[in-house]
Amino acid sequence: MEIKSIHEIVSGVKEKKFKAVEVMEKYLKNISKHESRVNAFLSIREEKALEEAMIIDAKIAKCETVGRLAGVPVAVKDNICTDGIKTTCASKMLEDYISPYDATVIKKLKGEGAIIIGKTNMDEFAMGSSTENSVFKSTSNPWDLARVPGGSSGGSAAAVASNFAPLALGSDTGGSIRQPAAFCGIVGLKPTYGVVSRFGLIAFASSLDQIGPMTKNVKDCALSIELLQGSDEKDSTSCNVELTAKHSLESENIKKLKVGVPKQFLAGELDSEVKNSIMKSVKILQKLGVKVEEVSLPINEEILSAYYIISSAEASSNLARFDGVRYGHRTSDYQNIEQLITNSRTEGFGEEVKRRILLGTYVLSSGYYDAFYNKAQKMRESIKKEYREIFSKYDLIISPVAPTVAFKKGEKTHSAMQMYLQDLYTVSVNLAGLPALSMNCGFAKNKLPIGLQIMGSHYSEEKIFQLAYLLEGELDLRKKVTL
Amino acid sequence: MRWETVIGIEIHAELSTKSKIFCGCSTEFGEFPNSNTCPVCIGLPGALPVLNEEVIQLALKAGLALNCKVNFVNKMDRKNYFYPDLPKAYQISQFDLPILYDGYVEFEVDETVKKININRIHLEEDAGKLIHLGEYTCIDYNRGGVALIELVTEPELRSPREAFQFVKAIKSIFEYTEVSDCKMEQGSLRFDANISVREKGQKGLNTKVEIKNLNSFKEMQKALEKEEKRQIELYEFGEGDKIVQETRRWDSAKGRTVSMRGKEEAHDYRYFPEPDLRPIAISKKNVADLKKEIPELPSEKLERLQVQFNLNKKEVKTVVEDKKLSLLFEETVKKGASAEKVLNWIVGDLLRLMKTDEVKGDIPISATALAELINSIENGDISLKIGREIFEEMFATNKMARVIINERGLIQVSSKEELESIVEKIIENNPKSVADYNAGRKQAITYLMGQVMKETKGQANPRLTMQLLEREMKNQISP
Repeated sequence: MEIKSIHEIVSGVKEKKFKAVEVMEKYLKNISKHESRVNAFLSIREEKALEEAMIIDAKIAKCETVGRLAGVPVAVKDNICTDGIKTTCASKMLEDYISPYDATVIKKLKGEGAIIIGKTNMDEFAMGSSTENSVFKSTSNPWDLARVPGGSSGGSAAAVASNFAPLALGSDTGGSIRQPAAFCGIVGLKPTYGVVSRFGLIAFASSLDQIGPMTKNVKDCALSIELLQGSDEKDSTSCNVELTAKHSLESENIKKLKVGVPKQFLAGELDSEVKNSIMKSVKILQKLGVKVEEVSLPINEEILSAYYIISSAEASSNLARFDGVRYGHRTSDYQNIEQLITNSRTEGFGEEVKRRILLGTYVLSSGYYDAFYNKAQKMRESIKKEYREIFSKYDLIISPVAPTVAFKKGEKTHSAMQMYLQDLYTVSVNLAGLPALSMNCGFAKNKLPIGLQIMGSHYSEEKIFQLAYLLEGELDLRKKVTL
Repeated sequence: MRWETVIGIEIHAELSTKSKIFCGCSTEFGEFPNSNTCPVCIGLPGALPVLNEEVIQLALKAGLALNCKVNFVNKMDRKNYFYPDLPKAYQISQFDLPILYDGYVEFEVDETVKKININRIHLEEDAGKLIHLGEYTCIDYNRGGVALIELVTEPELRSPREAFQFVKAIKSIFEYTEVSDCKMEQGSLRFDANISVREKGQKGLNTKVEIKNLNSFKEMQKALEKEEKRQIELYEFGEGDKIVQETRRWDSAKGRTVSMRGKEEAHDYRYFPEPDLRPIAISKKNVADLKKEIPELPSEKLERLQVQFNLNKKEVKTVVEDKKLSLLFEETVKKGASAEKVLNWIVGDLLRLMKTDEVKGDIPISATALAELINSIENGDISLKIGREIFEEMFATNKMARVIINERGLIQVSSKEELESIVEKIIENNPKSVADYNAGRKQAITYLMGQVMKETKGQANPRLTMQLLEREMKNQISP
């Protein structure tokens, strides 16, 4: 049984070509073979996953209806709440935390018959670009185990790339789905802000966070977002827009689209191999009749600063609830409530999380608010405006995802700034609330995958998928992970 | 008096919504600790707030009754501070764009109308409650997330007594508009006061002190009086620099204010817009519709009742200030009792029995019961004296007057024949008093009256008895 896509799993299981249990066994076998070297998971649900697969098979045997993801194993980032399964955010603070409820996305996936195979590793509280900030373990890039899988959804990306699951959920605050997808040679979508409910996603920066799917191919990604989307009465920032991405992946109209390539994204820090690979894809699209033009879209470290100010400000407040009072790590060293809170937080949070809490607290402090937080918000408004203008002339924008291919473990851990530069091409869509997809577009000489980013205007996921699908069909992406 | 007192008040009122401000949990008071909680109101990771639409409507109602302007687009902000009763370690509140601003309220202080401007009214969530049990502290989050409005006045109150009248006026407006149940004993209405003292004629303000933990109108007035005195004394002794900007707590047992924290320990709340909620948009139509729903307010009712029934203003005011008393008044009058009598009963016996001029809880006497009692006295079934005894029993037992009268056989002796025979008997047995009376010492008749009452155990109809006594005496002179 060779499985190429989610669609094949679902139709195979429903048409009784094979059993959901067999599918699950196949993925669990991959995990048992390779997980010890990849370290994608923080928890694996072997028995429970098989039991649930059996239930799906039993339903099918009785001709009962099963969902549109019947029998599909899903790896879930460990900052998405799952009833009865630990949700740790890869932090000592939540080492033993079990949520009493399911996130809305988990409810939706379960309702469609998907089965949680495990919870994936990540940078602590989603802060980082390499998954090295996990307090439990560092995940390896399946293409080169000495390298990072990217982050913060590095466990999810590595799990999909290693065939541990055909679908993983990630969360993207400044590139945390797209950069690891690029590093691991898979497809990842950061949806338009509000398309997917955030209820049950442990917040990093509420105005930027979005949950999104990570898959092996564009079609699976399009199917997944259709099932994950939808307004949620439990999330006031969710919106009622229905995307119909997968129905219209193939469209002749796509060739009439105007696509921009911002010259600023191809200059400066960008690795030349990455640049060449992007340009190769541009030429392929042009040959197919897509109109691709160079455009101007400022990108600079000030945008990065605005992102870090806003995300850290929100994080400092979002993470304040972890005080050792109700749940999570509680210090044994305290005499009074101040000590309980201070020591629990000092012991429970890692270095990067503390750095962001301090930064966020500082920029919101009276006397500094205008100079930092307010200024960053103004910057955010002007970024939105720039994107509005460019999308009034162009349908989509193509750019790199990250300045380099996957870097070596430990290479950037000494410098927070070096790590933050990883987010240069990805943070602006979060600030503007726009959708963006990351896909593999080729390989570097060292055989590492290179990612390409397609950005669109609000709710333009359908167009993004069409272009991605077209490009995917033309690219030679036959290289496979060998573990 | 050289000194002028400057007071500003902050009022927190729990809105009378059935469910909390950001989740569906019940707001019922007095339930088992933490039974009215969910992932949202105990701030579990991943949970998100969703604004209860009714909160907006009630806040708007309060604001419109207080002549406030509406911010048609407003927003929620986060107020960040660590305290175990605040599960998210931030309170969702409103900072620079409150839902309502620039209002005013007019109320009477010692026969003159005072107008106090309201700076703002904003929305926020309540915190939980800490319960200290020996070396442990327990937290009850049932109150956490209950919807509050916070009203902030301009510093325009000039005496503790004015402050007292002001909070009373606000309370009755909130009760009339049904914005809050204002149950102070349950913490539905709480206030903090800022007070400073300056020389009369001085332009700027002197250092102010904030007083917290004021849990009744009277305590507030007392606390302010104490603090006013403390500040004046310090200024008079040339020690004005000892007055520092600080928060003081009112210790009602010791009858003094105690310093809680100074300015340097004041929190930096790091307010910023709440990213989990969208801005709140209010339509002009919504406001126009609500304006129509504002009921008759206490000041309007006071004027109407005075004109309608021609009653003592001070007494009507006492009744009107309290929504429950005013309802009892109007309903009892509707049932046929005379307005003057009803007013006397409420202001006299009822408030005396409730031992307060602030009604706590429900009034144990219904309009039907009170009307029946008053009518029983009017038609001579019972005397006023007996009536007052019955009233006390009604108050204690919730029984109807008629039931008590029957149970205790208190019906007044009003039958002429029955009284005639008693009167004849008394006159026969007291020839000396009769002689005194006939000799011109008219007060002798009161002694005879007393004898009749004694004979009838106080149930003789006094007016009829007097008539009969007078008639019989005359008969004695001219047989």
